[in-house]
Amino acid sequence: MFKRMLERKPGGVVDFMLSAVGRLSRGGWLYWLWLVLLLGVMGNGGFHYLDQLRHGLMITGLSDQISWGFYIANFAFLVGIAASAVLLVIPAYIFHRQEVKDVVLLGEAVAVAAVITAMTFVMVDLGRPERFWHMIPGIGEFNFPVSLLSWDVLVLTGYLLLNLLIPFYILYCHFQGREPSFRVYFPWVLLAMFWAISIHTVTAFLFSANPARPFWHTALLGPRFIASAFVSGPALMIAALQIIRAVTRYPVSQKVMHMLALIMTIALQISLFFVIAELFTDFYNEGSHSASSRYLFFGLDGHAALRPWVWCALGLNLLAVLILMINPLRENMFFLNLACLLAFVGIWIEKGMALVVPGFIPTPLGEVADYVPTSAELMISGGIWAMGLLVFTLLAKMAIPIELAQRDRPAEAVAGAAATT
Amino acid sequence: MSTNPQPDQPLDQYRRGFLKKLGLVGGAAAATTLPAVGHPAWGGSTLGDAVGDFFQSHYKRMDPEEIEAALGRIERRAKKRLGVEIQVANTPPIPGVVFGYAINISKCQGYRRCVTACVEENNQGRDSQVQYIRVLQMDKGGMNLETSEHYYAPETVPVDGKFYLPVQCQQCDDPPCVKACPVQATWMEPDGIVVIDYNWCIGCRYCMAACPYWARHFNWSEPQIPAEALNPVTHYLGNRPRPRGVVEKCTFCIQRTRLGRQPACQEACPTGARVFGNLLDPDSEIRYVLENKTVFRLKEDLGTEPKFWYYTDV
Repeated sequence: MFKRMLERKPGGVVDFMLSAVGRLSRGGWLYWLWLVLLLGVMGNGGFHYLDQLRHGLMITGLSDQISWGFYIANFAFLVGIAASAVLLVIPAYIFHRQEVKDVVLLGEAVAVAAVITAMTFVMVDLGRPERFWHMIPGIGEFNFPVSLLSWDVLVLTGYLLLNLLIPFYILYCHFQGREPSFRVYFPWVLLAMFWAISIHTVTAFLFSANPARPFWHTALLGPRFIASAFVSGPALMIAALQIIRAVTRYPVSQKVMHMLALIMTIALQISLFFVIAELFTDFYNEGSHSASSRYLFFGLDGHAALRPWVWCALGLNLLAVLILMINPLRENMFFLNLACLLAFVGIWIEKGMALVVPGFIPTPLGEVADYVPTSAELMISGGIWAMGLLVFTLLAKMAIPIELAQRDRPAEAVAGAAATT
Repeated sequence: MSTNPQPDQPLDQYRRGFLKKLGLVGGAAAATTLPAVGHPAWGGSTLGDAVGDFFQSHYKRMDPEEIEAALGRIERRAKKRLGVEIQVANTPPIPGVVFGYAINISKCQGYRRCVTACVEENNQGRDSQVQYIRVLQMDKGGMNLETSEHYYAPETVPVDGKFYLPVQCQQCDDPPCVKACPVQATWMEPDGIVVIDYNWCIGCRYCMAACPYWARHFNWSEPQIPAEALNPVTHYLGNRPRPRGVVEKCTFCIQRTRLGRQPACQEACPTGARVFGNLLDPDSEIRYVLENKTVFRLKEDLGTEPKFWYYTDV
């Protein structure tokens, strides 16, 4: 029976997968240049990671005082990117908007790449990566449901599988020249929607679960994470879709851009409002709960490594929201792209380093120290980001030809295929 | 119970005796006959030991034979790396004992003798300068940790206008670090000590973020201890040499206190500020302190229920 399944019969699963993978070896010089560039950055990161394996995490700027840094900052940010794929999933599968349906697979590819990248950031942060199997239920000791970290592992793995499964089914149907069955995919899409919100909520809870760290221990952290994710996610998607539109003949409607830009505008307004709410609570009556914020925004005991960064992030986000709030500017692709860039970097600082690091400063015993990532940390992180881009590139490369072929088929042929299956 | 350790009995003898009763020493001897490769690639272990380390199960899941093999691997590794014969015990908790600690901050003069005694007893890395105890120099007239001085170095202590607050693991009864751990590498033992299986910890450091007392420390590199400074009397859950990339912490000197001895910090204190004992024993000194002094606990509002108290003479 297995032998029959593995046979490459036209239109079968094996044929589908082989032809999808086969697409990866066909591309122009730009494609190959891009791959070589990414592999180069990854190789450089890998080389530095070997160094970290050899000498331990001492090659990072981390310490007992500030025990999480750049890796975990990128992790928190990337979970947000992954979660925001839901912004395409809802209009595409629930409201059946055709122009969104056209690009929803690309959104899911972004989610897959972002989850893999986020998980890799956690892996490189481990002091004992070879003991990873201790987390696998059954052979390890998975501390579920008590540990929030075990929740995070669970929801991220589930989200990754959902975002592989749904596009796999849809692409497979299109490969066979038929429309996917709504009854088959809809329950999974529904699940994936709630799951998307859950991954970022759980990641926020991972931080806000700690009364030992007053900076994180706020009920606003979950909402803040979701709001800022709906800024950074669309910003990335708008950029990715324009690149796809430029390098392929894939149909990317301007309507999708407008929709994403509008979501981004509202989310950024909410996100900034949340920042103001935090600042007010911290500084109107300044107590020990505000020490981390004081460190972050103004510096504490002569330490202020993050001060320029957080003000820069605030400035970028304010500028972005100003551009986005003026309709003619938002509809102008140059200004929209500028706003996307500003907000993406702004949120990356705000939800990354400016969220993770001040939680540790001052320490629970009142010690103040700074943390600055080392060049090795930056190189390793760069390698991981390049890996994420590579994953997205390869997924898009496999999916786009199948989608184009489906679009080129006459409508009667698709209907006929649906009738026979 | 006959298997309970006696204070005057050498540790290793106790352990071997305990295991001999179970007929397990033979199994451990067989493990030592593995070929000695001794290549640095295995971190100073033999290939067999490195493989054994990798597949080692969770402390609570290992049967006595597997534990004995694990102890043997740690002993052989110390021998190979430093040329020191160490004994790694697995002394069980004493029934009817829950340990607690109290510090008289009127008596503490900030000498930090507890800090150095702790490092020598518990085999912390000397290069990494991990210390389980931090003595805070505090301004009189308040309890604000944020204005405390961690690295005070005057000509003489105590300094006028200051008092001293030693902080170490508070051995919480509802420890947030234990909840945080994704792999159950840390837990509270029946005698109330929060321990870590250093062979099971994956080094994610979430427990360090969760601890309100900054009691957990990470081995950012391989801990370095000069051979002559290594304390050879160790416990698997306590002061045995730790690997790189794992979190470690104060265990109330589990290797001493489970044999009925006092922790090293208590013995080292020249002012007698430290009181350690069995909370379940109504006649213990610690119980006397709790019942007759006005005591307080650090950050009690967080609900972690520390088994660590502070009090004053006045």
